[in-house]
Formats: sequence, C-alpha cells, structure tokens
Amino acid sequence: MSDYIIEAIKSGIFETLQMTVSASILAYIAGLPLGILLYATSKGRILSNRPVNFILGLAVNICRSLPFLILLVLLIPFTRFVTGSSIGTTASVVPLTVGAIPIVARMVESSLSEVSPGIIEAATAMGASPIYIIIHFILPEATPSLLFGAAYQKDVLWTTVTILIIMVMFIQESGNFIAKKARK
Amino acid sequence: MTEVFRLDHVSKKYKNDGKEFLALKDVSLSIEEGEVFGIIGMSGAGKSTLVRTLNRLEEVTDGTVSFYGQNLTGLNAKEIRKVRRQIAMIFQSFNLLGQRSVVSNVMQPLRIAKVPRAERKEKALEMLKVVGLEDKKHEFPARLSGGQRQRVAIARALASDPKVLLCDEATSALDPKMTGEILDLLKDINTTRKLTIVIITHEMSVVEKICDKVAIIDDGNLAEVGEVKEIFTNPKSEAAKKLVFPTNPFDPSSKDSRLIRLVFDGLAASKPIISELVEKTGKKVNILCANTKSVGGIGYGQMVVELPKDKEDQDLIIDFFKKGGLNIQEVEKA
Repeated sequence: MSDYIIEAIKSGIFETLQMTVSASILAYIAGLPLGILLYATSKGRILSNRPVNFILGLAVNICRSLPFLILLVLLIPFTRFVTGSSIGTTASVVPLTVGAIPIVARMVESSLSEVSPGIIEAATAMGASPIYIIIHFILPEATPSLLFGAAYQKDVLWTTVTILIIMVMFIQESGNFIAKKARK
Repeated sequence: MTEVFRLDHVSKKYKNDGKEFLALKDVSLSIEEGEVFGIIGMSGAGKSTLVRTLNRLEEVTDGTVSFYGQNLTGLNAKEIRKVRRQIAMIFQSFNLLGQRSVVSNVMQPLRIAKVPRAERKEKALEMLKVVGLEDKKHEFPARLSGGQRQRVAIARALASDPKVLLCDEATSALDPKMTGEILDLLKDINTTRKLTIVIITHEMSVVEKICDKVAIIDDGNLAEVGEVKEIFTNPKSEAAKKLVFPTNPFDPSSKDSRLIRLVFDGLAASKPIISELVEKTGKKVNILCANTKSVGGIGYGQMVVELPKDKEDQDLIIDFFKKGGLNIQEVEKA
C-alpha cells in the first residue's frame, strides 16, 4: 500500500470518528431530555400532558420514518446555516445528529418506562416532587437499561450500520480521489 | 385521644372505558393516635384504594379525608408533599431503589426533606440499627432476602420521623416466619416510638396478631369497624363472619343438625368444657374444627361443633355452654 492510501485511511478513520462521536454526543444531549419529556408526559405518568406528548411524539415519529439520505438532503439549508457549509466533516455532524435525536429519545423513553411504578409511588408517598422523582428515582433506576439500550438497541444498531456504510463509502471515495490526484 | 385520620363519607369512582366503577362507597372512619389500625378485606374490596386516600395518592370523588384536622382535598401540590413527608408508607413489593445501597435507600426521605448530608447518614444508620440491619448497610437490595428488604423499607419509612406508617400488604410477599418477624418489629415500633400504624391486609392472622382496631371492607363498603377483640368474639356483619370463622372443611352430617362456633378467652380455655358437657348432660357434640389464637395479647380459643339432630338436645347444649360463660354463634351452612 502506498503512503497516500495509508494516509487517506488514517485521515478517513479520524474524520469518521470525529463525525460519529460528536454526532452521538450531541444526539444524547438533545435526545435524553426529549426522551424524558416523552416519558413523563405520556398517559398515566407523573407529568401526564396529552397535547405536549402528542406533538413531541409526532415530531419524533416523522423524523424517525425519514430515510437518512433524504433527511440529509432536506437539512442542507439548515446545515449551511449552522456550519456555513453543506459538505465536509463538520457539516455532516448536523444531519447525523438530527437523525439520531429521535432514535435516542425513543430509546430513553422505553428505558424509563421499565422503571417499576411501585418505585414512583414510593417516591410520591415520600413527598418528592415530579422533577425530583425523575432525577433521583427514575433516572438512577433506569441507568443500566439506558446503558444497555445504547449498546443493543435495534434502532441504534441500524443507525450504526448506516453510518458504517457511509464511512466505508467515504473512505473509498477519498481513496479514489487521492489515487486520481497521485496519478496526475 | 387525638384523631390522626378522619374519613367522612368518602367515595371513589373510577372510569374505565366509559364504565364507572365504585371502589369506595360512603366510607366514614376515624383512626386515633398510637393505634395499630387494621383494614382487612378480600382482594378487590377497595382496601388499597382506601389507604391511598390517606396520603392522597388517590383523590377521593366525594367526601373528605383529614389528617390531624387538616382537610387533604383542598391542598395544592406543594402542601400535599409536605403532608406526605409525615405519612410514611411501606409496600408489598418493598419498592426499594435497586441501584442504590441499603443506607442510601434509607437516606432518600431525608434528602427529600433537605436534611444536611452528614445528618442524613447518621440518621439512616440509626434507623438500620432499629431494624437490625446495620451490618448490611453497603449491600444492594437485590442481595437481601424479602424479610430484610422489608426491614430496609421500614427503616426508610422511619427515617423522616413520620407521624403515621401506612403498610400496604407489607407481609403478603413474605413467608410465615418472616411475616411474624416483621409484625413483631412493627408492634415494637408502635409501642416504643408511639407511632400510629395503619395496616392493610387480607389475612385475619395479621390483624389478630398486632392490630388494636380493625375495619372490614367489603365490596367498597365499610362492613364493620371496632376493637379487634370485639369483632373476633362477636362478628356482626357477613363479611366479618366470613373472615373470623375458621374455614370449616366439613358440612354438617345431616340437614337437621346445627353448627355452632364457641369462643372462649384465656380463662375459660382452661376448663375441660366438652368433657363437662358429656359428664353433666350426657349429650355429645362433634368437634369439627378448633384452634387457639392470640388476639391483642390475650389467648382466644374457638371451636366449631356439630350439635345432635334433636332440637331439645340442641337447646340443652347451647344453654349449658352459655352458662359456662362461652360466646356462641351460629355457623351458617355453606
């Protein structure tokens, strides 16, 4: 393998990691609170609120049903607005993040739903407020499920596969590009 | 006596798919300070709903619930939270945080009450000592037995120095030995800490063992309420009779014979009453079932006997028992 290709693979891997890691972090920053809201506002939960739950649920479902490539194209103006460009490593973080937020939100919601209603009842009986119950009872109890979910959730698996394909294509393309340049 | 809880004409209606269901029907009762108050009923009778109206985990549809004279219905979210901090609760499924150590679980109510951290820990350890689990403080609930978990839940309940302890089927998930230990602990807490305890159960044995007073809930109605001794020796309502009478495995041998239930306290229990009956009257009875129980610290015996077919004999025997100071009730044929 020529030095060029090794260099291209190196930089490709680095850029891919940069994109996926920052997109994941950003998706969690937005998706975690969104998931908590989805959970808490749903019927029979501690902050049950039908309109809020309906609107959030609808938004999440719409985003989730969009194929990633279409979302990527749709988001070009927004991406340009945020990063000043629609191509490149930084720009790709925007659609990746937006695409992952609803997935993270649903995953968080399902993890929180697993917390036993008895724990919430006990906390309520102790005189804890809904916010306190979420922070000090529901989230700690859901932590193993949240971590497990992040690793094994099917949605995340498919996103990973999608990202991997894009990653491979990206490496291939940059390889081709560099090869062409090297040939002169 | 100070009244802790007072329920006036409390009703609770649930709506499910447009169908209405009355879980509580016009229940009025009063629970006094220092009592161990039992609420007993079959499953689905409404007793769990009833206990949840006491700290407003369930809103009442009609009527009022007051706690030390304060009407709970009118309180806003913040005010009710303050009241709830004085009403501790333990559950059938313990409801401990699985991701937190024992001591950290016990500290929860103190944290909610904004007690400083150092004080929380000290108090939590003190409570663990009360329930005899100080050596398990760093364990996680999953590693404890059911009885130990309920002890942790009791320590957690006591940590915030509540005025009342509500127990919702607290021993129903435990085996008889552990049930006995938990009940002894609760009785001990009641006497040493002067804590009012409300116990929900479907087992008469729990009521007999530690309750001073009992309310019998049947299909959302308050069937009967009174001293446990009184209800045990002389149940008036159908629901109370069902709970108090020992389950009788035998039907009377013929349709003319009668079944009666004899109740005698510690004193009368020392007399060989059946032998005396045979000696003095020459009449015989058939003992179908007999046992002794401790009700509120006094030994009670009860016996279901079948009387002979002859009406005169029956009256003679009943008369003999009554003269002997026994409490007698007719047992309805199944």
